[in-house]
Amino acid sequence: MAIDALTLTDIDAYYGDSHVLHRVSLTLKQGELLALLGRNGAGKSTTLATVMGWLKPRPGRISVFGEQIGGLSPEAIVAKGVALVPQGRRIFPSLSVRENLIVAARGKGRWDMERVFDTFPRLRERKSQAAGSLSGGEQQMLAIGRALMSNPRVLMMDEPSEGLAPQIVAEVGRIIAGLREEGLSILLVEQNLDLAMSLANDVVILNTGRVAAFGNAADIARNQDVIDQNLGVF
Amino acid sequence: MQFWIIQTLNSLAMGGLLFLLSAGFSLIFGLMRIPNLAHGGLFMLGAYVGAMCMQWGVPFWLAAIAAGLAVGALGTVLEGGLLRRMAGNEQGQVLITLGISFIIADLCLLTWGGDPVPLDAPRMLRPPVFLAGFAFPGYRLAVLAFALIVALGLWLLLERTRLGAMIRAGVDDRLMARSVGIRVSRLFSAVFFLGAFLAGLGGVIGGPILSAYPGLDTDMLPLALVVVILGGVGSLPGALVGSFLVGIIYNFGTALFPDFAYVILFLPMVVMLVVKPSGLFGRVTR
Ligand SMILES: Nc1ncnc2c1ncn2[C@@H]1O[C@H](COP(=O)(O)OP(=O)(O)OP(=O)(O)O)[C@@H](O)[C@H]1O
Ligand SMILES: [Mg+2]
Repeated sequence: MAIDALTLTDIDAYYGDSHVLHRVSLTLKQGELLALLGRNGAGKSTTLATVMGWLKPRPGRISVFGEQIGGLSPEAIVAKGVALVPQGRRIFPSLSVRENLIVAARGKGRWDMERVFDTFPRLRERKSQAAGSLSGGEQQMLAIGRALMSNPRVLMMDEPSEGLAPQIVAEVGRIIAGLREEGLSILLVEQNLDLAMSLANDVVILNTGRVAAFGNAADIARNQDVIDQNLGVF
Repeated sequence: MQFWIIQTLNSLAMGGLLFLLSAGFSLIFGLMRIPNLAHGGLFMLGAYVGAMCMQWGVPFWLAAIAAGLAVGALGTVLEGGLLRRMAGNEQGQVLITLGISFIIADLCLLTWGGDPVPLDAPRMLRPPVFLAGFAFPGYRLAVLAFALIVALGLWLLLERTRLGAMIRAGVDDRLMARSVGIRVSRLFSAVFFLGAFLAGLGGVIGGPILSAYPGLDTDMLPLALVVVILGGVGSLPGALVGSFLVGIIYNFGTALFPDFAYVILFLPMVVMLVVKPSGLFGRVTR
């Protein structure tokens, strides 16, 4: 049996006294893409924050390729091979594009600055520019490139299509598909259902901090009731 | 004519010295948000430690570096032992650094007494330098040159190295920086060491001009504050320009209007606080 890339077992998480995640469990299999879906405020970002060490899981267990990471600092979790493309991108605005990439470089692996520039030629054109002056799409590419610079084994992406023009969304989708083909294990949070379903192997749906449904992407996509109940509002 | 030229040189030399004093203050405040009111005390302690080393026969520049290292080590202990526990609590940090500066002042008084302790300039730099028919004090020219070299070195470190980019990333977004693997708190400790090192070094470099005396700390701290407010907190170019501005204002002010020296010094600061609180080169804090 292959070791899973990322498993969360019965995670609870709090912001102060407010109890946001309730016994969340999920499994990201090696080399696959798991989509984490849910309405605004369902707890998707909180789940990623807990994996990244921004919040302590209490109780609950998190493991990466079989190693426990629950309770470690973000620095230590990066060293275990986890990288995050956060919601809102959070690139370092006063640093140049190049500097945003080099500060995140670690380990030897497939990814270095040249490869990021080959993947995102727009970033090479703007490598000396302050990252804060990039367009939203370019900032998203930079946030993805920055995460890849650490040569992660598990990549977490939080709504990478948020606020982007349709053709850029399609480009981001192609890039994510390429990363999955390469064997990277990806946990993708999305509000764009079509994009998520086209990329995912499995799907987990959160509703108010609880796992409401999980399963194979094709099965979930066919189950209109589950989608309406947990994702539809419109 | 001679008056203007000599005063200008004095202003620039004092500006160089002020830069050594305030660069560390500005970095620590700008990068770590710690208002280190003990910075004047660290400067004074550096001057005393340097004087002591020189009495033991250590040559000037080695004494300056030794004083910088000693003061830097003390700064690191204070940062790791006290200030880090109060991260984000600026009011607490103001009070505790003020308390530390009183303790440093008392310990200096106990150890070295109330009389000023002179520091001799290196022999090589004592003779005047003749330029365009005027005699310039050689040591002051050297202080100016040294400060410019330090400024260039700091700028290269912060703006042209990976380490500098990591520090700036930590300032931009601390949690995100940690989440790409940057050990921000370790880096900031290093910045604090560097700032304290510069203060201690500056105390010795300033020694031949100012000497070491009780009250040197409280004479210097307000000048560093004015420099940083004029130039902009956390900005290296701001600290450099602010230092020269204060050097010029202070020298010409005391020479031309001796009765109003303090007004002339602090008025521009008040004006800056009203017109552009972020200073000449300051970033608007988000
Ligand atoms: N820093 C915080 N402090 C307190 N409560 C928070 C904080 N961040 C999020 N929350 C709350 O936690 C719950 C889950 O938020 P979370 O950001 O995880 O949702 P999400 O699924 O990522 O939503 P979105 O799709 O809008 O990004 C929400 O009720 C939110 O209001
Ligand atoms: Mg979110």
